[in-house]
Amino acid sequence: MGSWQDVTVDLIVIAVFIAGIAQFRSPQGARRGNVTTAVAFAAALGLLVYRNAIGYPWAVVPATVVGGLLGWLVSSRITMTRIPALIALQNGAGGGASLLVSLVELGRMGSSAGVLPTTFAVAGALVGGVALSGSTIAAAKLEGRMSPRPRTLRGHNAVLLALLALVVAAGALTLTLGDAARIAALAVLVGSTLALGVVFSVRVGGADMPVMISLLNAFSGLAAAFVGVAIGNQMLIAAGAMVGSSGTVLTLVMAKAMNRPVSAIMVGRQLAEEPRAAAPVVPEAQAAVPGAEAVAEPAADPAAATEPEPATGSPVERAAAALAQASSVIIVPGYGMALAQAQSEVAALAAKLESAGKTVRFAVHPVAGRMPGHMHVLLAEADVDYDHLFEMDAINDDFAATDAALIVGACDVVNPAAISAADTPISGMPILNAHEAGTVIVCNLDEKPGYSGVPNPLYDNPRTILVFGDAKQTVGELLRDATVHQP
Amino acid sequence: MAQIAFMLAVFAATSVVSYLLISKVPQRLHTPLMAFTNAVSAVTILGALLLFADEVSPVEGVLGGLALVMAAFNLIGGFAVTDRMTGMFKQQ
Repeated sequence: MGSWQDVTVDLIVIAVFIAGIAQFRSPQGARRGNVTTAVAFAAALGLLVYRNAIGYPWAVVPATVVGGLLGWLVSSRITMTRIPALIALQNGAGGGASLLVSLVELGRMGSSAGVLPTTFAVAGALVGGVALSGSTIAAAKLEGRMSPRPRTLRGHNAVLLALLALVVAAGALTLTLGDAARIAALAVLVGSTLALGVVFSVRVGGADMPVMISLLNAFSGLAAAFVGVAIGNQMLIAAGAMVGSSGTVLTLVMAKAMNRPVSAIMVGRQLAEEPRAAAPVVPEAQAAVPGAEAVAEPAADPAAATEPEPATGSPVERAAAALAQASSVIIVPGYGMALAQAQSEVAALAAKLESAGKTVRFAVHPVAGRMPGHMHVLLAEADVDYDHLFEMDAINDDFAATDAALIVGACDVVNPAAISAADTPISGMPILNAHEAGTVIVCNLDEKPGYSGVPNPLYDNPRTILVFGDAKQTVGELLRDATVHQP
Repeated sequence: MAQIAFMLAVFAATSVVSYLLISKVPQRLHTPLMAFTNAVSAVTILGALLLFADEVSPVEGVLGGLALVMAAFNLIGGFAVTDRMTGMFKQQ
Protein backbone atom coordinates (compact mmCIF):
# COMPACT_ATOMS: atom_id res chain seq x y z
CA MET A 1 0.00 0.00 0.00
CA GLY A 2 1.22 3.49 -0.70
CA SER A 3 1.95 6.35 1.59
CA TRP A 4 -0.84 8.43 3.04
CA GLN A 5 -0.18 11.10 0.42
CA ASP A 6 -0.83 8.56 -2.31
CA VAL A 7 -4.00 7.43 -0.65
CA THR A 8 -5.21 11.00 -0.33
CA VAL A 9 -4.60 11.66 -3.99
CA ASP A 10 -6.41 8.48 -4.95
CA LEU A 11 -9.36 9.41 -2.82
CA ILE A 12 -9.47 12.88 -4.34
CA VAL A 13 -9.53 11.37 -7.83
CA ILE A 14 -12.35 9.03 -6.86
CA ALA A 15 -14.25 11.90 -5.27
CA VAL A 16 -13.93 13.95 -8.44
CA PHE A 17 -15.15 11.08 -10.56
CA ILE A 18 -18.16 10.52 -8.31
CA ALA A 19 -18.84 14.25 -8.42
CA GLY A 20 -18.63 13.98 -12.20
CA ILE A 21 -21.34 11.34 -12.33
CA ALA A 22 -23.42 13.34 -9.89
CA GLN A 23 -23.44 16.24 -12.35
CA PHE A 24 -24.91 14.11 -15.09
CA ARG A 25 -28.42 15.24 -14.34
CA SER A 26 -28.42 17.98 -16.93
CA PRO A 27 -26.46 18.33 -20.15
CA GLN A 28 -24.61 21.42 -18.91
CA GLY A 29 -23.76 19.67 -15.65
CA ALA A 30 -22.61 16.64 -17.59
CA ARG A 31 -20.28 18.76 -19.67
CA ARG A 32 -18.84 20.36 -16.53
CA GLY A 33 -18.45 17.02 -14.80
CA ASN A 34 -16.68 15.63 -17.84
CA VAL A 35 -14.18 18.48 -17.98
CA THR A 36 -13.52 18.39 -14.23
CA THR A 37 -12.84 14.68 -14.29
CA ALA A 38 -10.59 15.05 -17.31
CA VAL A 39 -8.56 17.67 -15.49
CA ALA A 40 -8.33 15.47 -12.40
CA PHE A 41 -7.10 12.69 -14.63
CA ALA A 42 -4.42 14.88 -16.10
CA ALA A 43 -3.32 15.73 -12.59
CA ALA A 44 -3.21 12.06 -11.63
CA LEU A 45 -1.13 11.27 -14.70
CA GLY A 46 1.26 14.10 -13.97
CA LEU A 47 1.68 12.96 -10.40
CA LEU A 48 2.38 9.41 -11.48
CA VAL A 49 5.05 10.44 -13.91
CA TYR A 50 6.57 12.76 -11.35
CA ARG A 51 6.65 10.14 -8.61
CA ASN A 52 7.82 7.15 -10.60
CA ALA A 53 10.54 8.37 -12.90
CA ILE A 54 9.03 6.92 -16.05
CA GLY A 55 11.84 6.20 -18.45
CA TYR A 56 12.07 5.93 -22.24
CA PRO A 57 10.42 9.29 -22.93
CA TRP A 58 11.34 8.96 -26.62
CA ALA A 59 8.93 6.00 -26.80
CA VAL A 60 6.38 6.89 -24.16
CA VAL A 61 5.62 10.43 -25.30
CA PRO A 62 5.09 9.70 -29.01
CA ALA A 63 3.00 6.63 -28.25
CA THR A 64 0.74 8.56 -25.92
CA VAL A 65 0.50 11.54 -28.22
CA VAL A 66 -0.31 9.42 -31.27
CA GLY A 67 -3.02 7.53 -29.43
CA GLY A 68 -4.47 10.67 -27.91
CA LEU A 69 -4.43 12.58 -31.16
CA LEU A 70 -6.08 9.73 -33.02
CA GLY A 71 -8.71 9.48 -30.32
CA TRP A 72 -9.40 13.18 -30.45
CA LEU A 73 -9.59 13.30 -34.25
CA VAL A 74 -11.99 10.39 -34.53
CA SER A 75 -14.20 11.74 -31.75
CA SER A 76 -14.37 15.17 -33.35
CA ARG A 77 -15.40 13.85 -36.73
CA ILE A 78 -17.70 10.95 -36.02
CA THR A 79 -21.35 11.37 -36.91
CA MET A 80 -23.82 10.99 -34.06
CA THR A 81 -25.31 8.01 -35.82
CA ARG A 82 -22.11 6.05 -35.28
CA ILE A 83 -21.47 7.10 -31.70
CA PRO A 84 -22.46 3.74 -30.16
CA ALA A 85 -20.00 1.93 -32.41
CA LEU A 86 -17.29 4.39 -31.46
CA ILE A 87 -17.95 3.90 -27.77
CA ALA A 88 -17.61 0.17 -28.32
CA LEU A 89 -14.35 0.65 -30.18
CA GLN A 90 -12.88 2.91 -27.53
CA ASN A 91 -13.85 0.43 -24.86
CA GLY A 92 -12.14 -2.33 -26.79
CA ALA A 93 -8.99 -0.25 -26.99
CA GLY A 94 -8.96 0.18 -23.22
CA GLY A 95 -9.53 -3.52 -22.69
CA GLY A 96 -6.73 -4.31 -25.09
CA ALA A 97 -4.41 -2.01 -23.19
CA SER A 98 -5.17 -3.89 -19.97
CA LEU A 99 -4.54 -7.17 -21.74
CA LEU A 100 -1.17 -6.02 -22.99
CA VAL A 101 -0.09 -4.60 -19.64
CA SER A 102 -1.10 -7.83 -17.91
CA LEU A 103 0.84 -9.80 -20.49
CA VAL A 104 4.02 -7.87 -19.95
CA GLU A 105 3.62 -8.17 -16.20
CA LEU A 106 3.08 -11.92 -16.50
CA GLY A 107 6.14 -12.18 -18.67
CA ARG A 108 8.18 -10.33 -16.10
CA MET A 109 6.82 -12.16 -13.10
CA GLY A 110 7.87 -15.57 -14.19
CA SER A 111 7.77 -18.39 -11.74
CA SER A 112 9.21 -16.36 -8.91
CA ALA A 113 6.09 -14.31 -8.44
CA GLY A 114 3.52 -15.34 -5.91
CA VAL A 115 0.24 -16.99 -6.76
CA LEU A 116 -1.75 -13.91 -5.91
CA PRO A 117 -0.09 -11.38 -8.23
CA THR A 118 -0.09 -13.97 -11.00
CA THR A 119 -3.76 -14.69 -10.49
CA PHE A 120 -4.65 -11.06 -10.77
CA ALA A 121 -2.46 -10.51 -13.77
CA VAL A 122 -4.18 -13.46 -15.45
CA ALA A 123 -7.54 -12.04 -14.43
CA GLY A 124 -6.58 -8.70 -15.94
CA ALA A 125 -5.56 -10.40 -19.16
CA LEU A 126 -8.75 -12.44 -19.22
CA VAL A 127 -11.17 -9.62 -18.65
CA GLY A 128 -9.21 -7.22 -20.84
CA GLY A 129 -9.08 -9.69 -23.70
CA VAL A 130 -12.80 -10.42 -23.50
CA ALA A 131 -13.48 -6.69 -23.46
CA LEU A 132 -11.27 -6.22 -26.53
CA SER A 133 -12.70 -8.90 -28.79
CA GLY A 134 -16.24 -8.56 -27.44
CA SER A 135 -16.22 -4.81 -28.06
CA THR A 136 -14.86 -5.28 -31.55
CA ILE A 137 -17.74 -7.63 -32.37
CA ALA A 138 -20.16 -5.14 -30.85
CA ALA A 139 -18.76 -2.34 -32.97
CA ALA A 140 -19.02 -4.51 -36.07
CA LYS A 141 -22.64 -5.35 -35.36
CA LEU A 142 -23.51 -1.73 -34.70
CA GLU A 143 -21.83 -0.58 -37.88
CA GLY A 144 -23.73 -3.13 -39.88
CA ARG A 145 -20.56 -4.98 -40.84
CA MET A 146 -21.77 -8.02 -39.06
CA SER A 147 -25.23 -9.49 -38.88
CA PRO A 148 -27.09 -8.45 -35.74
CA ARG A 149 -28.65 -11.90 -35.56
CA PRO A 150 -27.43 -13.69 -32.49
CA ARG A 151 -25.42 -16.75 -33.33
CA THR A 152 -25.59 -19.61 -30.92
CA LEU A 153 -23.18 -22.48 -31.36
CA ARG A 154 -24.02 -26.03 -30.47
CA GLY A 155 -23.01 -26.47 -26.88
CA HIS A 156 -22.36 -22.76 -26.60
CA ASN A 157 -21.98 -22.77 -22.84
CA ALA A 158 -19.64 -25.73 -22.98
CA VAL A 159 -17.40 -23.85 -25.40
CA LEU A 160 -17.37 -20.83 -23.10
CA LEU A 161 -16.39 -22.94 -20.13
CA ALA A 162 -13.73 -24.80 -22.08
CA LEU A 163 -12.11 -21.56 -23.20
CA LEU A 164 -12.23 -20.23 -19.66
CA ALA A 165 -10.57 -23.36 -18.39
CA LEU A 166 -7.89 -22.98 -21.04
CA VAL A 167 -7.17 -19.45 -19.86
CA VAL A 168 -6.88 -20.53 -16.26
CA ALA A 169 -4.67 -23.48 -17.15
CA ALA A 170 -2.37 -21.40 -19.31
CA GLY A 171 -2.17 -18.81 -16.55
CA ALA A 172 -1.32 -21.41 -13.95
CA LEU A 173 1.36 -22.86 -16.19
CA THR A 174 3.20 -19.55 -16.36
CA LEU A 175 4.01 -20.11 -12.71
CA THR A 176 5.80 -23.34 -13.35
CA LEU A 177 7.25 -23.27 -16.82
CA GLY A 178 10.65 -22.13 -17.91
CA ASP A 179 11.12 -19.11 -20.15
CA ALA A 180 10.51 -20.50 -23.62
CA ALA A 181 7.55 -22.62 -22.65
CA ARG A 182 6.08 -19.73 -20.72
CA ILE A 183 5.91 -17.65 -23.88
CA ALA A 184 3.88 -20.43 -25.47
CA ALA A 185 1.59 -20.52 -22.45
CA LEU A 186 1.08 -16.77 -22.69
CA ALA A 187 0.26 -17.06 -26.37
CA VAL A 188 -2.37 -19.67 -25.57
CA LEU A 189 -3.68 -17.39 -22.86
CA VAL A 190 -4.10 -14.47 -25.23
CA GLY A 191 -5.67 -16.58 -27.95
CA SER A 192 -8.15 -18.13 -25.53
CA THR A 193 -9.30 -14.85 -24.01
CA LEU A 194 -9.82 -13.29 -27.41
CA ALA A 195 -11.75 -16.34 -28.55
CA LEU A 196 -13.76 -16.20 -25.34
CA GLY A 197 -14.75 -12.62 -26.05
CA VAL A 198 -15.88 -13.55 -29.54
CA VAL A 199 -17.92 -16.54 -28.41
CA PHE A 200 -19.43 -14.51 -25.61
CA SER A 201 -20.59 -11.68 -27.81
CA VAL A 202 -21.77 -13.40 -30.99
CA ARG A 203 -24.62 -14.79 -29.01
CA VAL A 204 -25.99 -11.34 -28.20
CA GLY A 205 -28.45 -9.81 -30.64
CA GLY A 206 -27.78 -6.49 -32.33
CA ALA A 207 -30.60 -4.73 -30.53
CA ASP A 208 -29.13 -5.70 -27.18
CA MET A 209 -25.70 -4.33 -27.95
CA PRO A 210 -26.08 -1.33 -25.63
CA VAL A 211 -26.42 -3.58 -22.62
CA MET A 212 -23.48 -5.68 -23.70
CA ILE A 213 -21.31 -2.65 -24.32
CA SER A 214 -22.16 -1.35 -20.89
CA LEU A 215 -21.24 -4.72 -19.42
CA LEU A 216 -17.96 -4.78 -21.35
CA ASN A 217 -17.34 -1.26 -20.12
CA ALA A 218 -17.66 -2.55 -16.58
CA PHE A 219 -15.32 -5.39 -17.54
CA SER A 220 -12.61 -3.05 -18.78
CA GLY A 221 -12.86 -1.19 -15.48
CA LEU A 222 -12.43 -4.46 -13.63
CA ALA A 223 -9.49 -5.36 -15.83
CA ALA A 224 -7.77 -2.14 -14.81
CA ALA A 225 -8.49 -2.91 -11.15
CA PHE A 226 -7.00 -6.38 -11.48
CA VAL A 227 -3.89 -4.96 -13.11
CA GLY A 228 -3.73 -2.57 -10.18
CA VAL A 229 -3.77 -5.41 -7.69
CA ALA A 230 -1.13 -7.29 -9.67
CA ILE A 231 1.30 -4.38 -9.76
CA GLY A 232 0.30 -2.78 -6.47
CA ASN A 233 -1.05 0.52 -7.78
CA GLN A 234 -3.83 1.93 -5.71
CA MET A 235 -5.18 4.47 -8.13
CA LEU A 236 -5.68 1.77 -10.70
CA ILE A 237 -7.48 -0.37 -8.18
CA ALA A 238 -9.73 2.45 -7.07
CA ALA A 239 -10.60 3.91 -10.46
CA GLY A 240 -11.00 0.47 -12.01
CA ALA A 241 -13.28 -0.78 -9.26
CA MET A 242 -15.31 2.36 -9.57
CA VAL A 243 -15.86 1.98 -13.29
CA GLY A 244 -16.58 -1.69 -12.72
CA SER A 245 -19.32 -0.94 -10.24
CA SER A 246 -20.88 2.03 -12.05
CA GLY A 247 -20.73 0.05 -15.30
CA THR A 248 -22.59 -2.82 -13.69
CA VAL A 249 -25.21 -0.49 -12.27
CA LEU A 250 -25.68 1.21 -15.64
CA THR A 251 -26.01 -2.17 -17.33
CA LEU A 252 -28.81 -3.18 -14.99
CA VAL A 253 -30.52 0.20 -15.30
CA MET A 254 -30.41 0.06 -19.09
CA ALA A 255 -31.65 -3.51 -19.22
CA LYS A 256 -34.56 -2.54 -17.03
CA ALA A 257 -35.40 0.44 -19.24
CA MET A 258 -35.40 -1.88 -22.22
CA ASN A 259 -37.57 -4.28 -20.27
CA ARG A 260 -35.14 -7.10 -20.86
CA PRO A 261 -33.52 -9.16 -18.14
CA VAL A 262 -29.76 -9.28 -18.54
CA SER A 263 -29.80 -13.08 -18.53
CA ALA A 264 -32.08 -13.20 -21.55
CA ILE A 265 -29.88 -10.73 -23.39
CA MET A 266 -26.73 -12.71 -22.78
CA VAL A 267 -28.15 -15.90 -24.24
CA GLY A 268 -29.47 -14.11 -27.27
CA ARG A 269 -33.19 -14.23 -26.94
CA GLN A 270 -34.14 -11.66 -29.49
CA LEU A 271 -35.99 -8.44 -29.17
CA ALA A 272 -37.28 -6.08 -31.78
CA GLU A 273 -35.25 -3.67 -33.74
CA GLU A 274 -36.36 -0.82 -35.96
CA PRO A 275 -36.09 -1.42 -39.70
CA ARG A 276 -33.87 0.87 -41.75
CA ALA A 277 -35.72 3.75 -43.38
CA ALA A 278 -33.02 3.93 -46.07
CA ALA A 279 -29.47 2.82 -46.84
CA PRO A 280 -28.34 -0.69 -47.86
CA VAL A 281 -29.53 -3.33 -45.49
CA VAL A 282 -27.57 -6.40 -44.47
CA PRO A 283 -29.69 -9.06 -46.13
CA GLU A 284 -31.51 -10.81 -43.35
CA ALA A 285 -33.09 -14.21 -43.41
CA GLN A 286 -36.43 -12.64 -42.69
CA ALA A 287 -38.80 -14.64 -40.57
CA ALA A 288 -41.65 -15.72 -42.81
CA VAL A 289 -44.32 -13.07 -42.69
CA PRO A 290 -47.15 -15.03 -41.12
CA GLY A 291 -50.16 -13.53 -42.85
CA ALA A 292 -52.35 -15.76 -40.74
CA GLU A 293 -51.00 -14.43 -37.48
CA ALA A 294 -54.04 -13.39 -35.52
CA VAL A 295 -53.43 -9.92 -34.28
CA ALA A 296 -56.06 -7.69 -32.76
CA GLU A 297 -56.48 -4.41 -34.61
CA PRO A 298 -56.40 -1.28 -32.51
CA ALA A 299 -59.97 -0.12 -32.01
CA ALA A 300 -60.92 2.30 -34.76
CA ASP A 301 -61.91 5.73 -33.54
CA PRO A 302 -64.89 6.85 -35.55
CA ALA A 303 -64.73 10.39 -34.24
CA ALA A 304 -61.20 11.04 -35.45
CA ALA A 305 -60.71 13.59 -38.19
CA THR A 306 -59.20 11.34 -40.83
CA GLU A 307 -58.48 11.27 -44.50
CA PRO A 308 -60.67 9.06 -46.71
CA GLU A 309 -59.25 5.99 -48.50
CA PRO A 310 -56.46 6.48 -51.04
CA ALA A 311 -58.03 8.43 -53.84
CA THR A 312 -57.41 12.00 -52.90
CA GLY A 313 -53.77 12.43 -53.66
CA SER A 314 -50.40 10.88 -53.11
CA PRO A 315 -49.36 9.71 -49.66
CA VAL A 316 -47.20 12.77 -49.22
CA GLU A 317 -50.06 15.09 -50.07
CA ARG A 318 -52.42 13.33 -47.69
CA ALA A 319 -49.83 13.34 -44.96
CA ALA A 320 -49.10 17.01 -45.47
CA ALA A 321 -52.82 17.78 -45.31
CA ALA A 322 -53.18 15.79 -42.10
CA LEU A 323 -50.30 17.70 -40.56
CA ALA A 324 -51.73 21.01 -41.70
CA GLN A 325 -55.06 20.20 -40.05
CA ALA A 326 -53.57 18.89 -36.84
CA SER A 327 -53.18 21.17 -33.88
CA SER A 328 -51.08 18.69 -31.92
CA VAL A 329 -48.36 16.45 -33.32
CA ILE A 330 -46.14 13.82 -31.73
CA ILE A 331 -43.11 12.67 -33.70
CA VAL A 332 -41.76 9.17 -33.10
CA PRO A 333 -38.17 8.86 -34.33
CA GLY A 334 -36.45 5.55 -34.85
CA TYR A 335 -33.08 4.29 -35.95
CA GLY A 336 -34.27 4.34 -39.53
CA MET A 337 -34.28 8.12 -39.30
CA ALA A 338 -30.63 8.06 -38.36
CA LEU A 339 -29.76 5.70 -41.17
CA ALA A 340 -31.50 7.96 -43.65
CA GLN A 341 -29.73 10.91 -42.03
CA ALA A 342 -33.12 12.59 -41.93
CA GLN A 343 -32.85 14.12 -38.48
CA SER A 344 -32.30 17.66 -39.73
CA GLU A 345 -35.34 17.45 -42.03
CA VAL A 346 -37.39 16.10 -39.13
CA ALA A 347 -36.16 18.88 -36.86
CA ALA A 348 -36.91 21.52 -39.48
CA LEU A 349 -40.40 20.11 -40.02
CA ALA A 350 -41.03 20.17 -36.28
CA ALA A 351 -39.90 23.78 -36.08
CA LYS A 352 -42.06 24.72 -39.06
CA LEU A 353 -45.14 23.07 -37.59
CA GLU A 354 -44.52 24.74 -34.30
CA SER A 355 -44.22 28.16 -35.83
CA ALA A 356 -47.65 27.53 -37.36
CA GLY A 357 -49.00 27.31 -33.83
CA LYS A 358 -49.11 23.56 -33.37
CA THR A 359 -47.91 21.67 -30.33
CA VAL A 360 -45.06 19.49 -31.45
CA ARG A 361 -43.35 16.93 -29.24
CA PHE A 362 -41.01 13.99 -29.72
CA ALA A 363 -41.67 10.62 -28.13
CA VAL A 364 -38.52 8.58 -27.61
CA HIS A 365 -38.80 4.88 -26.81
CA PRO A 366 -36.13 3.41 -24.51
CA VAL A 367 -34.80 1.16 -27.26
CA ALA A 368 -35.01 3.70 -30.06
CA GLY A 369 -31.68 4.12 -31.75
CA ARG A 370 -28.74 1.89 -31.04
CA MET A 371 -28.44 2.84 -27.39
CA PRO A 372 -30.64 4.48 -24.75
CA GLY A 373 -30.09 8.17 -25.21
CA HIS A 374 -28.88 7.78 -28.79
CA MET A 375 -32.01 9.34 -30.30
CA HIS A 376 -31.67 12.27 -27.95
CA VAL A 377 -28.14 12.95 -29.04
CA LEU A 378 -29.13 12.64 -32.69
CA LEU A 379 -31.97 15.11 -32.28
CA ALA A 380 -29.82 17.44 -30.20
CA GLU A 381 -27.33 17.48 -33.04
CA ALA A 382 -30.18 18.58 -35.28
CA ASP A 383 -30.86 21.46 -32.88
CA VAL A 384 -34.03 20.15 -31.29
CA ASP A 385 -34.49 21.61 -27.83
CA TYR A 386 -34.31 18.87 -25.31
CA ASP A 387 -37.45 19.93 -23.57
CA HIS A 388 -39.30 18.80 -26.70
CA LEU A 389 -38.07 15.26 -26.10
CA PHE A 390 -40.23 13.03 -23.94
CA GLU A 391 -39.58 9.61 -22.49
CA MET A 392 -42.16 6.95 -23.16
CA ASP A 393 -43.74 6.99 -19.72
CA ALA A 394 -44.16 10.75 -19.80
CA ILE A 395 -45.95 10.96 -23.12
CA ASN A 396 -47.65 7.64 -23.77
CA ASP A 397 -51.01 8.65 -22.38
CA ASP A 398 -51.12 11.74 -24.57
CA PHE A 399 -51.33 9.99 -27.91
CA ALA A 400 -55.06 9.45 -27.63
CA ALA A 401 -55.62 13.20 -27.43
CA THR A 402 -53.15 14.01 -30.18
CA ASP A 403 -54.25 14.75 -33.73
CA ALA A 404 -51.29 13.37 -35.62
CA ALA A 405 -48.49 10.92 -34.88
CA LEU A 406 -45.58 11.08 -37.31
CA ILE A 407 -43.42 7.95 -37.26
CA VAL A 408 -40.02 8.23 -38.90
CA GLY A 409 -37.95 5.10 -39.31
CA ALA A 410 -39.55 3.18 -36.46
CA CYS A 411 -41.60 0.00 -36.52
CA ASP A 412 -41.49 -2.37 -33.59
CA VAL A 413 -41.54 0.35 -30.95
CA VAL A 414 -44.99 1.35 -32.20
CA ASN A 415 -46.17 -2.13 -33.09
CA PRO A 416 -49.51 -2.86 -31.40
CA ALA A 417 -48.90 -6.59 -31.91
CA ALA A 418 -46.55 -6.37 -28.98
CA ILE A 419 -49.46 -5.89 -26.66
CA SER A 420 -52.15 -7.85 -28.43
CA ALA A 421 -50.33 -10.95 -29.60
CA ALA A 422 -48.61 -13.48 -27.41
CA ASP A 423 -45.54 -15.55 -28.29
CA THR A 424 -43.88 -13.11 -30.62
CA PRO A 425 -40.33 -11.92 -29.97
CA ILE A 426 -41.67 -8.55 -28.96
CA SER A 427 -44.63 -9.64 -26.86
CA GLY A 428 -44.68 -7.84 -23.60
CA MET A 429 -42.40 -5.08 -24.78
CA PRO A 430 -43.91 -1.72 -23.91
CA ILE A 431 -44.66 0.36 -27.00
CA LEU A 432 -45.42 3.92 -27.82
CA ASN A 433 -49.17 4.28 -28.33
CA ALA A 434 -48.93 5.98 -31.68
CA HIS A 435 -51.87 3.91 -32.88
CA GLU A 436 -54.13 5.90 -30.56
CA ALA A 437 -53.50 9.18 -32.32
CA GLY A 438 -56.08 10.73 -34.62
CA THR A 439 -54.01 10.17 -37.74
CA VAL A 440 -50.91 8.06 -38.00
CA ILE A 441 -48.30 8.96 -40.63
CA VAL A 442 -45.54 6.44 -41.23
CA CYS A 443 -42.36 7.52 -43.00
CA ASN A 444 -40.52 4.22 -43.25
CA LEU A 445 -38.61 2.69 -46.10
CA ASP A 446 -41.12 -0.04 -46.81
CA GLU A 447 -43.74 -2.24 -45.22
CA LYS A 448 -41.36 -4.98 -44.22
CA PRO A 449 -41.49 -5.81 -40.52
CA GLY A 450 -38.66 -5.00 -38.21
CA TYR A 451 -36.16 -7.60 -37.09
CA SER A 452 -38.74 -9.25 -34.93
CA GLY A 453 -40.44 -10.31 -38.14
CA VAL A 454 -43.76 -9.46 -36.55
CA PRO A 455 -45.98 -7.62 -39.02
CA ASN A 456 -47.23 -4.27 -37.84
CA PRO A 457 -51.01 -3.92 -37.92
CA LEU A 458 -50.55 -0.16 -38.09
CA TYR A 459 -49.76 -0.67 -41.75
CA ASP A 460 -53.14 -2.27 -42.36
CA ASN A 461 -55.11 0.30 -40.47
CA PRO A 462 -57.08 2.51 -42.90
CA ARG A 463 -56.41 5.48 -40.67
CA THR A 464 -52.70 5.19 -41.30
CA ILE A 465 -51.05 7.19 -44.04
CA LEU A 466 -48.10 5.23 -45.36
CA VAL A 467 -45.39 7.35 -46.91
CA PHE A 468 -42.77 4.85 -47.96
CA GLY A 469 -39.34 5.72 -49.24
CA ASP A 470 -36.13 7.35 -48.15
CA ALA A 471 -37.09 9.38 -45.08
CA LYS A 472 -34.71 12.17 -45.98
CA GLN A 473 -36.72 12.69 -49.15
CA THR A 474 -40.21 12.03 -47.86
CA VAL A 475 -39.83 14.17 -44.77
CA GLY A 476 -38.15 16.76 -46.94
CA GLU A 477 -41.27 16.85 -49.10
CA LEU A 478 -43.48 17.21 -46.05
CA LEU A 479 -41.30 20.09 -44.99
CA ARG A 480 -41.57 21.80 -48.35
CA ASP A 481 -45.32 21.38 -48.27
CA ALA A 482 -45.56 22.80 -44.77
CA THR A 483 -43.42 25.75 -45.80
CA VAL A 484 -45.59 26.52 -48.79
CA HIS A 485 -48.90 26.30 -46.99
CA GLN A 486 -47.90 27.85 -43.72
CA PRO A 487 -45.45 30.64 -44.37
CA MET B 1 -4.25 -9.28 0.72
CA ALA B 2 -4.68 -5.74 1.92
CA GLN B 3 -4.93 -4.61 -1.67
CA ILE B 4 -7.63 -7.11 -2.45
CA ALA B 5 -9.54 -5.98 0.58
CA PHE B 6 -9.09 -2.40 -0.58
CA MET B 7 -10.35 -3.27 -4.04
CA LEU B 8 -13.40 -5.01 -2.67
CA ALA B 9 -14.08 -2.15 -0.29
CA VAL B 10 -13.90 0.41 -3.08
CA PHE B 11 -16.07 -1.76 -5.30
CA ALA B 12 -18.72 -2.12 -2.61
CA ALA B 13 -18.72 1.53 -1.62
CA THR B 14 -18.79 2.86 -5.15
CA SER B 15 -21.52 0.38 -6.10
CA VAL B 16 -23.85 1.90 -3.57
CA VAL B 17 -22.99 5.46 -4.53
CA SER B 18 -23.14 4.67 -8.23
CA TYR B 19 -26.52 3.12 -7.89
CA LEU B 20 -27.90 6.16 -6.14
CA LEU B 21 -26.39 8.57 -8.63
CA ILE B 22 -26.94 6.72 -11.86
CA SER B 23 -30.60 6.12 -11.22
CA LYS B 24 -30.94 9.90 -11.23
CA VAL B 25 -29.33 10.34 -14.64
CA PRO B 26 -32.11 10.94 -17.19
CA GLN B 27 -32.32 8.47 -20.06
CA ARG B 28 -31.41 11.15 -22.56
CA LEU B 29 -27.96 11.34 -20.99
CA HIS B 30 -27.28 7.61 -20.90
CA THR B 31 -25.24 7.63 -24.06
CA PRO B 32 -22.92 10.43 -22.87
CA LEU B 33 -22.70 8.69 -19.50
CA MET B 34 -21.50 5.52 -21.17
CA ALA B 35 -18.91 7.47 -23.08
CA PHE B 36 -17.81 9.19 -19.87
CA THR B 37 -17.39 6.04 -17.78
CA ASN B 38 -15.68 4.48 -20.77
CA ALA B 39 -13.10 7.28 -20.75
CA VAL B 40 -12.44 6.75 -17.06
CA SER B 41 -11.90 3.02 -17.63
CA ALA B 42 -8.85 4.07 -19.63
CA VAL B 43 -7.18 4.64 -16.25
CA THR B 44 -5.31 1.54 -17.33
CA ILE B 45 -2.94 4.00 -19.00
CA LEU B 46 -1.32 4.35 -15.58
CA GLY B 47 -0.41 0.68 -15.71
CA ALA B 48 1.00 1.09 -19.19
CA LEU B 49 3.13 4.04 -18.12
CA LEU B 50 4.44 2.21 -15.08
CA LEU B 51 5.76 -0.54 -17.32
CA PHE B 52 8.34 1.97 -18.45
CA ALA B 53 9.51 2.78 -14.96
CA ASP B 54 11.60 -0.35 -15.09
CA GLU B 55 13.96 -1.67 -17.67
CA VAL B 56 12.11 -2.71 -20.78
CA SER B 57 13.06 -5.38 -23.28
CA PRO B 58 12.32 -4.71 -26.97
CA VAL B 59 9.29 -7.01 -26.96
CA GLU B 60 8.00 -5.48 -23.76
CA GLY B 61 8.60 -2.07 -25.27
CA VAL B 62 6.49 -2.84 -28.31
CA LEU B 63 3.66 -4.33 -26.28
CA GLY B 64 3.82 -1.52 -23.76
CA GLY B 65 3.93 1.11 -26.46
CA LEU B 66 0.91 -0.42 -28.13
CA ALA B 67 -0.87 -0.43 -24.78
CA LEU B 68 -0.09 3.28 -24.44
CA VAL B 69 -1.49 4.07 -27.87
CA MET B 70 -4.69 2.14 -27.19
CA ALA B 71 -5.20 3.52 -23.70
CA ALA B 72 -4.57 7.09 -24.87
CA PHE B 73 -7.05 6.57 -27.72
CA ASN B 74 -9.65 5.43 -25.19
CA LEU B 75 -8.89 8.18 -22.70
CA ILE B 76 -8.72 11.25 -24.90
CA GLY B 77 -11.31 9.96 -27.34
CA GLY B 78 -13.71 9.21 -24.53
CA PHE B 79 -13.52 12.64 -22.92
CA ALA B 80 -13.63 14.35 -26.31
CA VAL B 81 -16.72 12.53 -27.53
CA THR B 82 -18.51 13.07 -24.23
CA ASP B 83 -17.77 16.77 -24.42
CA ARG B 84 -19.05 16.94 -27.98
CA MET B 85 -22.28 15.14 -27.16
CA THR B 86 -23.09 17.07 -24.01
CA GLY B 87 -22.34 20.31 -25.80
CA MET B 88 -25.04 19.61 -28.35
CA PHE B 89 -28.04 19.72 -26.07
CA LYS B 90 -29.90 22.98 -26.25
CA GLN B 91 -32.59 24.46 -24.17
CA GLN B 92 -34.23 27.77 -24.72
